[in-house]
Amino acid sequence: MSTVIKGIGASPGIAIGPAWIYRPIKVEVRTISNSDPITEQLRLDSALMESKKQLEDLHIRTLAMVGEEEAAIFQAHAMVLEDPEFIDTVKKIIREKRINAEPAVQEGVEHYANMLLALEDEYFQARAQDIQDVGRRIIQCLSGAGKGQNTNPPFPVVIAAEELYPSDTVQFDKKVILGFCTIKGGPTSHVAIMARSLGVPAIVSAPFVLEEIEEESILIINGGDGTVVIKPDENEIRTAKKNQQDLEDKSAVQFASTHEPAVTTDGVAVEIVANIGSADDARIAVEYGAEGVGLLRTEFLYMDRTALPTVDEQIKIYREIFEAMGDRPVVVRTLDIGGDKSVPYLGLQKEDNPFLGWRAIRMVSERPEVLEQQFSALLQAGEKSDLRIMIPMISNIDEVINAREMLEKVKEYLLRKGIPVPQKLQYGIMVEVPSAVMQVSEISDYVDFFSIGTNDLTQYTVAVDRGNERVANLASPFHPAVIRLIHKTITDAHAKGKWVGLCGEMAGDPLAAPLLLGLGLDEFSMAHTSIPCIKYLMRMLDKSECEKIAIEALTLPSIAAVKNYMIEINRKMDIC
Amino acid sequence: MPEVNLTVQHPSGLHARPASVFVKTASQFKSNVRVVYGEKDINAKSILSVLTLGANQGANITIKAEGEDSDQAIQALTELIESNFGEGG
Repeated sequence: MSTVIKGIGASPGIAIGPAWIYRPIKVEVRTISNSDPITEQLRLDSALMESKKQLEDLHIRTLAMVGEEEAAIFQAHAMVLEDPEFIDTVKKIIREKRINAEPAVQEGVEHYANMLLALEDEYFQARAQDIQDVGRRIIQCLSGAGKGQNTNPPFPVVIAAEELYPSDTVQFDKKVILGFCTIKGGPTSHVAIMARSLGVPAIVSAPFVLEEIEEESILIINGGDGTVVIKPDENEIRTAKKNQQDLEDKSAVQFASTHEPAVTTDGVAVEIVANIGSADDARIAVEYGAEGVGLLRTEFLYMDRTALPTVDEQIKIYREIFEAMGDRPVVVRTLDIGGDKSVPYLGLQKEDNPFLGWRAIRMVSERPEVLEQQFSALLQAGEKSDLRIMIPMISNIDEVINAREMLEKVKEYLLRKGIPVPQKLQYGIMVEVPSAVMQVSEISDYVDFFSIGTNDLTQYTVAVDRGNERVANLASPFHPAVIRLIHKTITDAHAKGKWVGLCGEMAGDPLAAPLLLGLGLDEFSMAHTSIPCIKYLMRMLDKSECEKIAIEALTLPSIAAVKNYMIEINRKMDIC
Repeated sequence: MPEVNLTVQHPSGLHARPASVFVKTASQFKSNVRVVYGEKDINAKSILSVLTLGANQGANITIKAEGEDSDQAIQALTELIESNFGEGG
């Protein structure tokens, strides 16, 4: 008998393959007294070398699979392995206590970790974790646990886990990953982002029990509807295979035409752009047919450091991204960070409600230099670009006016100094907070465009923490209240002649496309993997038809009613 | 034994990237290189020791070296700190 578990589809596609259960390795440290110091010191040396090799491997793999910032973590770990004081401390413990290397490493690690923890700054707390992580790695190498078991699947598998961290996911060889399913995590968790960038399906928040999955028994995961099938029967496998084949055929067809524009059957051109977070993303987005960038996230510039990035550092990074996009438009979201992240130098503190707290534009009154410097760097780097700057987390009109004044001042200052700024500069805001929706009309007097962030707009409208898997299913952008807010945003903005984009997950959802097109959305910004499908879809749609669909959808009373209606439309039109 | 007094100007202090660049530079020399800050006197080739110094922006530190290439070591580390770890002003 098969078991079907319903989770949240976090990356599209169907995977069928043997299950491979990932459990982080736990190694117990046993102390063996009267050990031979010379032998133990030699064992330590070879474990250090083995760890170093592993870290070099991880560094390269992370660089290739994720990016520079994440990869740097493993370089920092490698430095600890070469630290002469650390090695001396451990060897001294081995000699003086005549114990085996494992507990000596543990003691040495704790010694330094405690010193770092005593410095009472979040930066040092994170470094203490780093050295503990390195310690675990050395101990694993010493006990041989790092070899063979749980390092990398030997053949293509569907990876099942409680939860996957970036350092877990990057260690897998790309070629052996058919897909991911995890018990924890939301659609915006690391594993989801990773799966989308690899182009493999992923299911998160799936309430299965790891013990009930037999190693290497077949799993079917469907990123489209979020189902995980444990031990499927013959029929289920056949159906899944057929659907998988259809999907692959479809995506090959879609990809072949992805560099053509997305024009509806009644001749309306729709802008299809990408959400990105690095220069690598920018290059991939162009390959997938992105006509520009609808959301460049900039938080990565500020993470994992102890001081603000300098203007010059920022310019260098932005310039690389802008160059990759050429003359295509790039919408940059200014820093969107809050108490859910640990960035001590920004003055962020742990808050009970970080998503309702001191974050994004709300930091500007206390720390104006952060935004000023970001504006300055963007204007300087984007001299030749079609640059559009947008401010996240706007909840009132003063924030819109003040940030705009700051941008103008920075621009004037640069011009006075003879530094060129972009000729085609646009200023806009993110619509994520319901209070902003209610004032789109007034805000229109100060902006060139709006971009709706449906992930946050949904979370703030229905009062659901989208990282909390027990309530995540309540947070659907198909909630009638959310689609009515989207409708109001577009209607009010268009009445003032402003364009509207949407950069949440919804923009890349084939189910939502006819609805959003019908509501009059001008720009759809999505993960690059969704671009071929949505472009293909747009070419099959008739905008005036979709307007009727949208009017009907706006009358429906529940998430289920809206979703079912869109599924029916989808089926009728035989799309995606 | 040559030594030099310097002020750390980098906003990150002797942490994060500056700390790793500093340790990597010190490790290129054969000499025994040490950093003195307040009451602490530590091995400049040890990243963990440098981090636990807690030298923030504006910290006055002393670098001393002993060995055949001690002058070169002092010179290289001085240049590193004075050039703000290669990041310019």
